[in-house]
Amino acid sequence: MPLQKSLGLHRQIADLLTDDDTIFIFYTCYPTAFQTKPTSMDHIVIIGNGISGITAARSIRKRSDHKITVISGETDHFFSRTALMYIYMGHMTYEHTKPYEDFFWAKNRIELKRAWVSGIDFDKKQLQFDEGEPPMTYDKLVLALGSKSNKFGWPGQDLKGVQGMYSYQNLEYIEEYTTDISRGVIVGGGLIGIELAEMLHSRGIPTTFLVRESSFWNVVLPAEESAMINREIENNHVDLRLSTELKEIVSDENGRVKAVITGDGETIECQFVGLTAGVSPNVAFVKDTALETNRGILVDEALATNIPDVYAVGDCAEFRLPNGQRRPIEQVWYTGRMMGETVARTLTGERTAYRPGIWFNSAKFFDIEYQTYGWVWAKDRENEQSFYWEEPQLGNRSLRIVYDKDSKKVLGCNAFGLRMRHEVWDKWIGEGTQLQTVVQDLEKAHFDPEFFKRYEQDIQLQYNTEFPSAQITPRKKSLLEKIF
Amino acid sequence: MKIIQQSGLIIFLIGFGLFLFSFFLPSYQVTHSIVEGQIDDNKQATFLEFADDMIGKSYSNNIELVSELGTTFDNINEAQVKKYGLSAADVEAIHRANRAEEAFTLASLDQVFNSVKPEDEFKKKAFADYGGWMDGRNYSSEDELKNHIANVADNIRKYGIVNQFGFDKYKIKDLKYSIVKAASNGSINDRAGLWIFLTYGLTIIGAVMYLLPKRTLDGNPGIKNNGIFHSAMKNRGWLGILTGTFLIVFYILLYFYPEYMTAWISTVDPVSQFLKGSDAGRFFLYGFIYTLCILVMGVRMMIKYRHSKYQIVRTISVMFFQTAFAFLLPEILLRLNQPYFDFKNIWPLDYDFFFDNELSTLIANGGLGIFMLGWGIGLIIIGVPVFVYFFGKRWYCSWVCGCGGLAETLGDPYRQLSDKSLKAWKVERWTIHGVLVFAVVMTIGVLYTYWTGSSQLFGIVDTYQMRSVYGAWIGAGFAGVVGTGFYPLMGNRVWCRFGCPLAAYLGLIQRFKSRFRITTNGGQCISCGNCSTYCEMGIDVRWYAQRGQNIVRSSCVGCGVCSSVCPRGVLNLENRDEDGRFNQPILIGNDSFKVEA
Repeated sequence: MPLQKSLGLHRQIADLLTDDDTIFIFYTCYPTAFQTKPTSMDHIVIIGNGISGITAARSIRKRSDHKITVISGETDHFFSRTALMYIYMGHMTYEHTKPYEDFFWAKNRIELKRAWVSGIDFDKKQLQFDEGEPPMTYDKLVLALGSKSNKFGWPGQDLKGVQGMYSYQNLEYIEEYTTDISRGVIVGGGLIGIELAEMLHSRGIPTTFLVRESSFWNVVLPAEESAMINREIENNHVDLRLSTELKEIVSDENGRVKAVITGDGETIECQFVGLTAGVSPNVAFVKDTALETNRGILVDEALATNIPDVYAVGDCAEFRLPNGQRRPIEQVWYTGRMMGETVARTLTGERTAYRPGIWFNSAKFFDIEYQTYGWVWAKDRENEQSFYWEEPQLGNRSLRIVYDKDSKKVLGCNAFGLRMRHEVWDKWIGEGTQLQTVVQDLEKAHFDPEFFKRYEQDIQLQYNTEFPSAQITPRKKSLLEKIF
Repeated sequence: MKIIQQSGLIIFLIGFGLFLFSFFLPSYQVTHSIVEGQIDDNKQATFLEFADDMIGKSYSNNIELVSELGTTFDNINEAQVKKYGLSAADVEAIHRANRAEEAFTLASLDQVFNSVKPEDEFKKKAFADYGGWMDGRNYSSEDELKNHIANVADNIRKYGIVNQFGFDKYKIKDLKYSIVKAASNGSINDRAGLWIFLTYGLTIIGAVMYLLPKRTLDGNPGIKNNGIFHSAMKNRGWLGILTGTFLIVFYILLYFYPEYMTAWISTVDPVSQFLKGSDAGRFFLYGFIYTLCILVMGVRMMIKYRHSKYQIVRTISVMFFQTAFAFLLPEILLRLNQPYFDFKNIWPLDYDFFFDNELSTLIANGGLGIFMLGWGIGLIIIGVPVFVYFFGKRWYCSWVCGCGGLAETLGDPYRQLSDKSLKAWKVERWTIHGVLVFAVVMTIGVLYTYWTGSSQLFGIVDTYQMRSVYGAWIGAGFAGVVGTGFYPLMGNRVWCRFGCPLAAYLGLIQRFKSRFRITTNGGQCISCGNCSTYCEMGIDVRWYAQRGQNIVRSSCVGCGVCSSVCPRGVLNLENRDEDGRFNQPILIGNDSFKVEA
């Protein structure tokens, strides 16, 4: 009598009832008790099969039986955009970048449609497609449109052989236009710029890297870390040009790039130009509609737009009220994922606000891994100070801990060439742990593989010299502790 | 640097080419002294009678010689059967001398075979041996009686004659090999040192010249998997298929047709003489090449992963265990008249550990032999569970094991070819545990035979048959031909993943009782797929990493490459408290809601 028992019926009554009786009685008395999921079935359409759209689809499916359709013109299946560079470099094929096998979508009743959406009729709740396909109606719409590469009106920016790096189509284009070339030029010193530099470098293509700032990505990285990456770029024989702007891209007789001219007037011959001066929300086709947009699609804390039943997530969403110190547009893998998780709750009947926790991020600059937790600004703010350690011989590892000048609570860290345990830093920062405690307990955050050289002691010794009043005793592990 | 590397490649190809060429190099001549040395005294005359035109004849290749030897042995067996076998007339005569309603008597044979010719003497004696059980028996019909007589005659033909006057199939296999090896002449036999240099020497020098410049040519230390999927060698292109074909052919020759590879075996005779004081056999050649592959490709592994101390230490470990424990020590033991023993090989991978001949050898040896027996059993019942509990199965599979050693060195360029699909995982669980069950049942049978002397387990299964099926299909076919031959086609761990019964045993413990797991770092995973791509065991590592779940899988050999290739520092191999090992998936960072348990 498991059913009767689970409903808490008295044994003597339970014995008299069949399962069907029990269900009938309870359903009559408590009609809502059996409705764990909404009874009406909506058609939820998601435009965009990147991490935000796909996470939304998966999360909606986990929580409901709504009909779900995901539309993308880019690829048939979800793939990891962050891995595009590895396809070019030959580390993986496109197939390897798909996080789920192809059978996954049908099994989870997520319909996939390969098409470019050309327009949206918000009144009729209808999507239009290119090439005369019949329109599709929706009950709820999630816009996960992603980004596109910035172009700042440079002369020649639309020539053949000039391309950004964001989509699968961009990658195919780059593949085609970097075959047998003698030089590539990359414009814009951010995360995608350095990825593209690494890609060309992996194929042995001489590369010039134009960076407008005086040091690589120094709008985000403090001077020391930025300098470390400058060194790393040069160690990889990429021709790094700091404080150099692009003035013009020059065409050959076939409309293909043959050179760039820098702000200093220097001409650099090349057959490919990568435009990597940031990305912005891909919102052109919803710009002149009732949908409110600024740089991105404006959304409230629950990712709802100004139009009922229309939501926006991921790179294309712009928060009317930013979350804490986060930017109103967040173009990071995990924020896209979290927005997808969050909007799914609202769409399945539980309105939920997007509340990201403590900031974190990571990247890899050629061979130097980078992780950051909490807030580390390019320059310490007024109330902040930072403790910085750098490996003295090779200068390819460092740790920066930013803390509040008065309270000595840690606010964030930058780790280069060291892997740090997210969970531990999240806790330290969340609880406002004292700098000294953090330095003392640093090994708790250690996440490098076994046998790797340990730097906690060096860091602690440096801390002792910088803070003579508060001495930390480095702890040495016994051999037995090390083995087990 | 580039020039050194390219010259290295050329030298390697010359050395490898000479190695292939040396296969065809010797000429062969069977002499009287070879016959005297290889064939039992009592059969020499017969052999010489049938092999008359072979003696002293010069053969330019072993294919012809092997084929003629085969024909000769067949002819001998056929002639002896004809001479000593009971003809239809003999069967008829024995039948006539007895009657169904009366008891069968062996005495009746005296009437049938009444001459003093050796053939008749043999027939009489053989029938008494093979048909003794018929003596005094009554038969219900004439047909039944006749059938039984004919059966006895059949058995005499099949076993009695071939053993006594001819050669059985195992003997033929051995003799083909040893006669061909002894009959080979030419440069390899006369100037073995030179040939060792020309083949192995050049190959090693070339390989090292090719590999060392990678330190600078392939860029700074770090993961450099550039171009792997554009490579004809590493992505099942023509070079990969060619390499796989070579390996498969090599293994088939090694296990099933060693008589054709005597030239290669002769080349390493001096090495074998130096180590154990006798000529090389095929498995000495195999061990020699195997160890060289692990050493040379181990150097490559250390260069490739020179930024990772975990990979360096692990590679040194497999190089050491192969060279010292698998190759040198057993040979030195032989030289000291001790049993051949690989101290790091563990049943059921070492599937013949409990075979009667192995046990007898160890027990007969006394002190050291008994210690070896105890050591082997201790590893099975104490070593495996204790070490797996503390470190995971990696302590064996990617640090000590010879198969693992080859996979992690020679096989490293192919690790990305393993199948990551859910389907492959399902197949894997059936096959690997199937082989484990087979190995256990086979061993029970073998021990049953050892203790009771009966070759029938449960009265139905022939334990000798079972062990020979295991040896041929699993030991040679699966572990060798498929396990290594398919490196360039299905990745470097085909055997370890789909077949190895020891891996299955280690894996069961790792799955259920171990401190080992791969942890994922908060919310940092970007689902790029490098970890899954480079997992040689075909584990879809990303599936766990992107949902923040510890990776606890029986198949994980702990090579650590997922952690090495991860661009975001997400994965880490850890031995920690068992609590929380099977964690609820948790991704740090989204405070919008509490994750349901």
